[in-house]
Amino acid sequence: MRVLMFGWEFPPHIAGGLGTACEGIVKGLAANGVETLFVMPSASGDEDQSATTIINASDVSVDVQSNTVDEFLDKVKFIHIDSDLIPYVGPEEFSNVLEEERRRQVKDFRIQYGQKYKFSGKYGSNLMEEVARYAMVGGTIALQNNDRFDVIHAHDWLTYLAGIAAKELTGKPLVVHVHATSYDRGDEKHMDTRVLDIEKRGMMAADKVITVSDLTRNIVINKYGIDPAKVVTVHNAVDFSGRENLMVERGVKDKVVTFLGRITFQKGPEYFIEAAAKVLKRTKNVRFVMAGSGDMMNRAIRQVARMGISDRFHFTGFLRGADVQKMFALSDVYIMPSVSEPFGISPLEAMRSNVPSIISHQSGAAEVLKYAFKVDFWDVDAMADDIYALLQYPALSEFAAKQGYEEVNALKWNNAAAKMKQVYESVV
Amino acid sequence: MKKSVCLYFQVHQPTRLRLYRFFDIGKDSHYYDQFINRTILRRIVQNCYLPMNEILLQSIKECKGKFKVAFSISGSALEQFERFAPEVIDSFRDLAATGCVEFLSETYYHSLASLRSPAEFKLQVSKHKDLIKKLFGVEPVTFRNTELIYSDEIGSMVYDLGFNLMLTEGARHIMGWKSSNYMYSNDIQPKLKLLLRNYPLSDDIAFRFSNKDWSEWPLTVEKYADWLSQAEGDIVNLFMDYETFGEHQSADTGILDFMRYLPAEILKRSDLKFVTPAEAGKKLKPASTLSVPQPISWADEERDLSAWLGNELQQDAFNKLYGLTEKLSILNDGTLWADFGHLQESDHLYYMCTKFFSDGEIHRRFNPYDTPYEAFINYMNVLSDFIIRVNDALAEKQ
Repeated sequence: MRVLMFGWEFPPHIAGGLGTACEGIVKGLAANGVETLFVMPSASGDEDQSATTIINASDVSVDVQSNTVDEFLDKVKFIHIDSDLIPYVGPEEFSNVLEEERRRQVKDFRIQYGQKYKFSGKYGSNLMEEVARYAMVGGTIALQNNDRFDVIHAHDWLTYLAGIAAKELTGKPLVVHVHATSYDRGDEKHMDTRVLDIEKRGMMAADKVITVSDLTRNIVINKYGIDPAKVVTVHNAVDFSGRENLMVERGVKDKVVTFLGRITFQKGPEYFIEAAAKVLKRTKNVRFVMAGSGDMMNRAIRQVARMGISDRFHFTGFLRGADVQKMFALSDVYIMPSVSEPFGISPLEAMRSNVPSIISHQSGAAEVLKYAFKVDFWDVDAMADDIYALLQYPALSEFAAKQGYEEVNALKWNNAAAKMKQVYESVV
Repeated sequence: MKKSVCLYFQVHQPTRLRLYRFFDIGKDSHYYDQFINRTILRRIVQNCYLPMNEILLQSIKECKGKFKVAFSISGSALEQFERFAPEVIDSFRDLAATGCVEFLSETYYHSLASLRSPAEFKLQVSKHKDLIKKLFGVEPVTFRNTELIYSDEIGSMVYDLGFNLMLTEGARHIMGWKSSNYMYSNDIQPKLKLLLRNYPLSDDIAFRFSNKDWSEWPLTVEKYADWLSQAEGDIVNLFMDYETFGEHQSADTGILDFMRYLPAEILKRSDLKFVTPAEAGKKLKPASTLSVPQPISWADEERDLSAWLGNELQQDAFNKLYGLTEKLSILNDGTLWADFGHLQESDHLYYMCTKFFSDGEIHRRFNPYDTPYEAFINYMNVLSDFIIRVNDALAEKQ
């Protein structure tokens, strides 16, 4: 089995969790005898290619041999990003708009033809343009490597258009992998309809859809209207190889309860603060840490100050690399009160560091972690109870730490990849 | 009777905190960024303190003692001078030796203790008094509170500390129809006299002097002296930050030359003379009492406490800090007292101010942090470490 895989990032240069997951997946697939060609918009050359072959889209020029421009465009249906808003017009005018749009696409394509496009591969302001270009280059790559793969696998909406283009041009089956949806990123009123549209197109065009949890699977079925028969859950895993737990000298004698992640609405920071205030009413020998940054950070700081607990509730700002490990090493309880979390890898990292974790039922990780404490994100009383219990009863926290450590070590990408292989086999 | 002109300059430098992370709490109790403190101080010494002291000294000599000024120098600033620029202390001593310069009393740490802890307030005032006596050989008799913060209650507390005269802001909302150009007295304790800052004439120098969009620009000494002559009343109180000269407004705006020629120009007018606050306190009788039930200050458009205690961040930090007062007095430990004092500097709270609209410019100019939130986080990390030290010391003692 050979796979043409479209990703957006790959370690060591990553902005989010997607790149880490992709590395785990290609390694797991390799262990299962599946070869992968991993396409990414902007590779640096220092990626670990022991388990996969990386194709840097920035090195590939749009260069289509046999097809006319029209045919290519018909198949790729790549979207021109400036044209997402069409005012209400009559049928005749609408057809004019379409024709004009088509002329612009052809012109655009001719300009791009034979050119390389330098992708940033980041999540910047020209993201939509990069996504569209990635589709064009992705189609070209699929054609150039037509005899090197049996199935196409695309990770998250950023790469769906590339996956669709590859499928249209080669006729090979497409699997899209849903790591997150627009419904996890914001409420329905504030969603970016362009992203939503691409997500839906990707899932519709796919032969199979892989979701990282049943929670996400339900969203894909209910919100995007995808046939349940073609949606398969493959839970994430985590690769701890080569990782030693840090020993860090503690400065504070108090117990430490940690939240680590982006401070955004979806992560439920305010519920953590409310629970912290409740715990502090009952016991003083505890400190709370909110590590990370995000658009809700300032609001969180104000909330903490307003509740008068800022001598016991600390903010670290964004942590990177070793500081993340250091933070886990200093923690006694980890908490992830997410409002909506497709999976959520951070509690696995915490448990691997022997830190008992409390996670919300509204996270995909809750489906696989037996030894994490689970509460509803809005149930701050239950959250406070669990924190208090883990702080006060050593028997409980020691048990949770020990069992949790073993539990997360058993979550292997090899097992997840074996399930993916079955998905490939079902479509080829 | 000649109208009095009373000049007072505020000298203060905060003890800026280093970047203090959560990971440092309980491990590292060095709180201050002495490199930044030294760098900034050295710059202001060259731009302002040394050249201005020289200008004032020359003016006093040339005017044969008729030119007089007052300074209030915070203990925090004096500590930095002793450490990083002792020559500034010498030059203030030269000024003190002329007998034409009054040194005012204030809280050692430029703190807001008057708003929360009378005991801590008293300690800091006496600590400051001792230092002034030691350095300049004079005992301060006039009081000015941090940022000219004043209320009826604070005034009465200041009287109980043995002062008969205090300086504050002629804030529009407390003055009403009254003029700041007279002596007033405290509403609770009529024996405490009050000198009020004439904010339009003070700000003409402190804020507007270099503003080319101002209709009166350029401001000449002749024009300004005319305005003083035309002002009604017994006394014009010009109170401002000393750093106005050469630092907030650089030498190339002409502000130092303005100050060089202003004293002689004022003394040319037969209706004007200089007085120190203490002299004014002896000579002038209160025109009326002044009722100030809520604290006022000289800061911002509001002239209230909102620059330091206007938002929930500032209030929580303030409450947590002063919640320690009792523990500190039980411990009575010199090192802890010193850190407690430096953490009380009002500047730390000022950096957390979120009023960005009307006075944001001036707030930003003196703020080492990018956002008030960063200022808060850093301060609370330091304070958390300090609280641990206090509690540990207390546990050891018991």
